Amino acid sequence: MPKRLVAAAALSAMIFVPTPSARAADETPSLPHQEWSFDGVFGTYDRASAQRGFQVYKEVCSTCHPVKHLFFRDLADLGYSEDEVKAIASTYQVTNEQPNDQGEMYQRPGRPSDRIPGPFPNDQAARVANNGALPPDLSMIVKARDGGPDYVYAVLTGYKDPPAGFNLLQGMQYDEYFPGHQIAMPPPLSDGAVTFADGTPSTVPQMAHDVVTFLTWAAEPNLEPRHRTGLKVLLFLVIAAGVFYAAKRKIWATIH
Amino acid sequence: MADTRPGAASRIIRWIDYRLPFVAMLQHELYEYPTPRNLSYWWNFGSLAGIMLVVLIVTGIFLAMQYTPHAEYAFDSVERIMRDVDYGWLLRYAHMNGASMFFAIVYIHLFRGLYYGSYKQPRELLWILGVIILILMIMTAFMGYVLPWGQMSYWAATVITNLFSAIPVVGQGIVTFLWGGFTVGNPTLNRFYALHYLLPFVIVAVVLLHLIALHRFGSNNPLGIDMKGPQDTLPFHPYFTIKDLFGLVVFLLIYSFFVFYAPNFLGSTENYIPANPMQTPNHIVPEWYLLPYYAILRSVPNKLFGVILAFGSIFLLFLVPWLDTSPVRSARFRPIYKWVFWLLVIDVIALGWVGFNPPEGLVVTVGQIATLYYFVHFLILFPLLGKLERPRPLPLSIGTAVLQGGGAQLGRAGAPVANP
Repeated sequence: MPKRLVAAAALSAMIFVPTPSARAADETPSLPHQEWSFDGVFGTYDRASAQRGFQVYKEVCSTCHPVKHLFFRDLADLGYSEDEVKAIASTYQVTNEQPNDQGEMYQRPGRPSDRIPGPFPNDQAARVANNGALPPDLSMIVKARDGGPDYVYAVLTGYKDPPAGFNLLQGMQYDEYFPGHQIAMPPPLSDGAVTFADGTPSTVPQMAHDVVTFLTWAAEPNLEPRHRTGLKVLLFLVIAAGVFYAAKRKIWATIH
Repeated sequence: MADTRPGAASRIIRWIDYRLPFVAMLQHELYEYPTPRNLSYWWNFGSLAGIMLVVLIVTGIFLAMQYTPHAEYAFDSVERIMRDVDYGWLLRYAHMNGASMFFAIVYIHLFRGLYYGSYKQPRELLWILGVIILILMIMTAFMGYVLPWGQMSYWAATVITNLFSAIPVVGQGIVTFLWGGFTVGNPTLNRFYALHYLLPFVIVAVVLLHLIALHRFGSNNPLGIDMKGPQDTLPFHPYFTIKDLFGLVVFLLIYSFFVFYAPNFLGSTENYIPANPMQTPNHIVPEWYLLPYYAILRSVPNKLFGVILAFGSIFLLFLVPWLDTSPVRSARFRPIYKWVFWLLVIDVIALGWVGFNPPEGLVVTVGQIATLYYFVHFLILFPLLGKLERPRPLPLSIGTAVLQGGGAQLGRAGAPVANP
């Protein structure tokens, strides 16, 4: 038995040996870990932070980035009341899915059952407005990048002057954490860019933290029920394991 | 006096059983089925794999009710399952991580077979059916991975189907045939969906054959010697049903941890980006359970030869019962093979590491050495060891070994060689 354990330990050590990969080769510093309310087994979304994050998204990010997978009704999850959701939806103009009696498509105020409309009618329009670069959809961004929330936070706060001798292409910005360091997005956040209703000072790290909380919720809206259900399931299984182990011992007692 | 007349239910069962001996068969195969009394927990993985197959089929059927197999809608329909379908996130995460768990279980099951020589006479067909199941699993998993139509889905489909273009003359024609067009596209997605739904049921059929072959001679055991009578065996129920159940719960703990707390740990973040034929991800990697084959494929500079070796590494397993010339099954009594076995385990893990990393520098060298060793292990060491190695004496029977406190001790004490 011990031999097997030693072998198993050696093998698992091999798996976790740090590896010289392409990612390390372009000298991106490792991501600093932030404290997130949704971390860990008991993690939940900090509603106040997520609401502030939605405000940052709405007032800053949404000029270029859509959140295609979100509906206005989803915002109720963030602690908005039914009336608040209706009010938020009605501030947007959406194209009705069906034409009117004259056969024309028309715009109307948004309803909770509508998708949150993006800034551009299609990808090509988005490219034309952004120097040829396509601003990615943000509803999945946290799940679609290695490092998740830490990565998005790091990119948002990672704008710097390029080091001497760095060949920055025209129209690009230097970002410490963006792969290759050349990012087409101008620094989106600046101190005081939004005014939070709850009086939280709108510093760049604060806004980045809040918007990442919002975007993590947008990418994984079922994290809370998942964490809650998981806890019950694991608890049940731990007890079941104890019961079955005792039963096994009892049944086998006369054999050995 | 208790009423000993059979009740109505039991009379109905007897009536049916007389005409269709189904219950009798279950009684015989599950209840009385004699099982070696010394099976260790390494023998839990067969039943675990069977249960996992059922979990995957059930979650898969419910996912199929909500999924749209169309290049334009597939990605969004998966997101709809995650967001708007009741417990859709649970179904999808259970299915996604379930595939990983199924492979982990089957790989342990396979290595257990290699360690204890479970493929040796008279269980060669049992082993071969197992290898067929593994091949079907790989095909099913690959096609399932394409269905969400994310970046990695699309590019994995492109890379893997393109392997067939290495076949001389007809290669490109075969690839076009597989795609149903001139690139991976909607027809490809549609056929992969149809096949991904079909193949699991083919797996079920082969699993049934695997079970029939298993029940012909019963399980092998850690001593690798045959059962000689009732003193060597225990009825499957309740002894192994309870042992399997306990193992199942422990497994479910690990599985649940992934599903509820690390559902995307084993997946690729790239697959949450919708498929984009115009943009290749800078690092295309398959799921972890296919990494060793991928490493073998990339270790050879010549594409055709690489494809042959990668496929060969699996097909080689068909020959294992005849490549291993040792008359002794269990590695416990094979002083050299016991260590060589672990070299193969290390080798396969090294191949996995190579497959995960971009092929540069050290990774390439390790990949080539590990690929070479993989084939040397089966084609040279297996036949050679059987001839060179002097096995330790085997215990007389399972019963005597168990009652005297473990076969290994008995072997060391130098008991007579009963079954060379």
